[in-house]
Order: sequence, then structure tokens, then C-alpha cells
Amino acid sequence: MFEIFGIPSQALFGQLLIGLINGSFYALLSLGLAVIFGMLNVINFTHGAQYMMGAFAAYLLLQYLGLNYWAALIIVPLLVGASGIVIERLFLQYVRKLDHLYGLILTFGLALVIEGVFRNQFGSSGEPYQVPDALQGGHNLGFMFLPNYRAWVIVFSLIVCFATWFAIERTRLGSYLRAATENPTLVRAFGINVPRMVTLTYGFGVGLAALAGVMAAPIYNVSPQMGSDIIIVVFAVVVIGGMGSILGAIVTGFALGIIEGLTKVFFPEASSTVIFVIMAVVLLIRPAGLFGRTA
Amino acid sequence: MAAIADPPVSLAGRTDGARSLTVAFCIMVALLAVAPFVVYPVFLMQALCFALFACAFNLLVGYVGLLSFGHALFFGWASYFCAHAAKRWGFPPEAAVLFGTASAAGLGLIAGFLAIRRQGIYFAMITLALAQMMYFVALRAPFTGGEDGIQNVPRGRLFGLFDLSHEMTMYVFVLVMVLAGFVFIYRIINSPFGEVLKAIRENETRAISLGYKTERYKLVAFVLSATLAGLAGALKALVFQLASLTDVYWTMSGEVVLMTLVGGLGTIFGPVVGAFLIVAMETYLAQLGQWVLVIQGAIFVFCVLAFRRGIVGELAAALRIKL
Repeated sequence: MFEIFGIPSQALFGQLLIGLINGSFYALLSLGLAVIFGMLNVINFTHGAQYMMGAFAAYLLLQYLGLNYWAALIIVPLLVGASGIVIERLFLQYVRKLDHLYGLILTFGLALVIEGVFRNQFGSSGEPYQVPDALQGGHNLGFMFLPNYRAWVIVFSLIVCFATWFAIERTRLGSYLRAATENPTLVRAFGINVPRMVTLTYGFGVGLAALAGVMAAPIYNVSPQMGSDIIIVVFAVVVIGGMGSILGAIVTGFALGIIEGLTKVFFPEASSTVIFVIMAVVLLIRPAGLFGRTA
Repeated sequence: MAAIADPPVSLAGRTDGARSLTVAFCIMVALLAVAPFVVYPVFLMQALCFALFACAFNLLVGYVGLLSFGHALFFGWASYFCAHAAKRWGFPPEAAVLFGTASAAGLGLIAGFLAIRRQGIYFAMITLALAQMMYFVALRAPFTGGEDGIQNVPRGRLFGLFDLSHEMTMYVFVLVMVLAGFVFIYRIINSPFGEVLKAIRENETRAISLGYKTERYKLVAFVLSATLAGLAGALKALVFQLASLTDVYWTMSGEVVLMTLVGGLGTIFGPVVGAFLIVAMETYLAQLGQWVLVIQGAIFVFCVLAFRRGIVGELAAALRIKL
């Protein structure tokens, strides 16, 4: 045990760890928002609700089908992603040509519907989800105690974020995606089925949110309002980072999580507002966002 | 790109539009004068406060094309300031309402200054985030009373003469204030200043190239909208004798979007109709609990997909008049 700036190292690194975990969820969610916005021109307000659906789907699979965490990690993003594809086909495809604001309002409405249904079904108190057996316990690193599950969340989110970045920036499919973001008409003229790509992109972004939800289930309680709590913070993250850059979204997400964690140690009263304050400062200094391209 | 609020019909002559508006306004005033003898006055006052709130919001979204997803910030904080002034400082009601409204103007200046630095979708996200920040401040700040809010706010005597604890007197006070706000908004929209706002909505780049400092126009419009939303919030604090966290939460920002959308974005009377409808729906469906959330969400989806002009917008289009 030692102290840094008069703060016991356990508390400091403990909060730093929580910050990193929150940061990995911010990164995964803002990444999904950025990918969806690039292709669909829609800010997906339902993203928080889909993150919550991911957590609930993991809980329900365990409760009713006995499928464990590892199975959920694969099945849930597919299931929730599929529900996203249905949403895109039923609703979103009709608002793409309209003003962006209609897409925001529509997805806001969908988020209310989803949250309302889950609240009716499960109440608002929340259900616990067990940490999987293989990741129980933790290691004492001398300066802090590191629970295995939390270490896993950070490492796995980094892998998923990097894989997404690689898929979009370094593969052929990703190049189609980037081209379709710039000029869908021209890409269609080359014989690529852009509408299908748009649908699948939405499904993918929603799947990322659901994956974050599965990972969050053992850390926070699974509750219907977990999505609306996080989505507004993620919006602030997106404003700070700008949606132009995939890597930018990842870096901003993690960095803000860490800053939030540190604020909990040094000024606990400001921890819930610090990200919004940073957003205000960034707007004053760099209105386009840290990684934004357009002014 | 289609603007958020297309004008429902093109009008040949301005005088025709003005006549239909005058008739509609007279009908509205007549209905509101008779209403308290038929309907529970507190319900009417609640709906009136929300009607002014929605009109203020509509000024921004319908006429400047800026969708604020954080208008609860001004509504809720004005009600805190008004309640605090009336209860703890013993301000008379007119001073308390004025104080609440003025503080909303101040908050609007700060929030607007930040939010207008980005356009479109980012504007909505910034206003939402700023409102959420101030929600957390309201949750923690000592004077807001946290989860309890500020309760038992005295209504007091207006100008020392009229006892507002009497429901009918209070109703008249709220009605006069809301109508004054409504007429003020109408004047803003139909002034040269309002024409510039509409020009910014239609094509901001072009307005800039014509020499308008659009940032300033947007900021003034934002502050006006925040101020009037604040007036609505301050009045609501006196009506319910309560200022609470619900009024600063993001759900309240969503509700005002819903009211305006249902009534008709960018129409003069739409927000009023929408506010009465949504408040009525929430009152009568209150026993359904969480299903209200689902119903609200479904109305959002329906309006965006099939009913973008809203009730008043559709009516105006059908009758080929301006409303």
C-alpha cells in the first residue's frame, strides 16, 4: 500500500479501472453510432436501448435456456443485430432522405417503446447477472486488486474496437463501406448493393451495442433504464470526438472513461458532470470536435 | 434536403393568412375563457404552461430549424428559480416569475452560445448533453432539494391585490401570461427578424452570403426560446406549488418535442393543440403506468413516418389556409 497525492493507491487504481471499463463501453457505443451515422445519416437514439437489450438478452438466455455467458457473447449480438435489421427495414429506410432530425426523433420514439416494454416486463429495479466461472476471482498486483472479469472486459473491448477499425479501414468490404459513405450513388453504379449494405451496417452497429450490453451485464445490474443513462453520455463523447474518425471514437471513449474515473477520486461531486463540462470546453476551443473534419 | 418544417401551403396573399389566423386566435381565446367552467382548472393551467413551453420550443425548431433536445433545462430551472424566490426569499408572484424567466434567459445565453457552434444533429446532441449536465447539478445542488424538489411554494398575491390561491384568479393570471407569450412569439415570427430566421432555416449558407450574421440571429432566437420556455416553467411552479426533478429530466425535453410534433412543427397553433392533447392523454392514461412511455414512443414513430405535418399542419393543408 502506498499513496499518490494523498489518495491510497487502491482507491486511485480501482477508480481508474472502473474508468477504463466505462471507457470501453463508451468506445464501443460511440463506434457503433459513428458507423451507423456514416452510412444511414441517422443518429441512432435507440443505441442505448439496444445496449440494454443486449444485457437483458444475456440474462434471459441464462435464465430460461441455461445458455452461459460465452454463448451469450456470440448469440446476443446476432439476435439483437437481427432485431436492428428489422427496425431498419420497417422504419429507418423511410427517413434516410429526410432531414437528419427526423431520424433522431424516430429512433428516440423507438427507444421509448423498447424501454417501456422492458419496464413493464421486468420493473425498474434491475436483475443481477453472475460473473462467468472462468473469470471469477482476481489478482493482487501489489498496488491494487484486479478482478479477472474487469481485466477481460477491457482487453476484449480493445480487441473488438481494433477489429472493427481494421475491418473498416483495411479490408475490401470496409473500402466499399467508406466509399458508400462518401457517395452512395456512384458505388451503386459499380454494381454494389448499397441498400443491403446499409441494412447490414445498421445490424452491425446494433450488434456492437448489444455486445457492450452483454459485457456490462455482470458489472452493472441488468435494468431497463441502463440504456438511457449511458446514451446521453455517449452523445457527449461523440460531440467531443467528432464522428469522422473510427480511431478517434475509440481513443475519445477510453480517454473520457479514464478522466471520469479520476474525477471520482479527486472531485467525487463532479464525476457525473465532468464529461459534459469537457464537451463544453471542447466546443469553445475546437467546435468541430477533437477528430472532426468539418467545421 | 427537406427542411424540418416545410410550410404547409404556399400562400397567394398575406391578408388571407392573417384573417384565418385572427379567426383561429379568437376561437382559441373563446374556448379558453369558457373552459374553466367545464374542465378542472388545474388541468387547464398545466396544459397552458405546456402549450407555452411547446410554442417556445417550436420557435426554434419550426422557424430556425434547430432541434433542441434539452429544453427541459430552461423549463425546469426556471421553475426552480421561481419556486426558490417565492418560497425562501418571499418574492411576490410577479417578481418570482420574472426572476425565473430571467434566469432561464441567462442559462439560454450560455447554452445557446455553446450549442450554435455546431449544426444539425450535433446541435440536438449538445443541447441534450447540457440539459443532462444541469439535471445532475439539480440532483446535487443544495437549494433544489434533490429528490424532494421545492414543495409548498406559496402562490402569494399578484401585485399585492389578487389572491392567487384562488383557482380562478390563478387561471386568469396563467391564461393572460400564456396568451401574451403566444402573441409575442407570433410577432417574432412575423417580424423582419423572423423572416431572417426562416431564411436561415431554408438555406443558412445563402443567408450568410447575403450578409446576415446568422450566428447572432440563431443565438437571439435561442435566448428568446429559452426565455419563453422559462416563463412556462416559472408559471408551472406556481400552479403546482412545486419544482421537481421531473421538469429538468430528459423525458421532459422529449415530451415537448412530442407535443410540437403531434400538433405540427412550424405552425402557429400546432404546439398548443399538441400540448393539450398530450397532457390530456397523460392525465387519462396515468393508470396505465409504464405503458404511457410505450404509447408516447409509438406516437413519435407514427408521426415521423406518416404524419410529419402534425394535426394543425394537415388541417391547414386541407383547408388551404395558414394556421
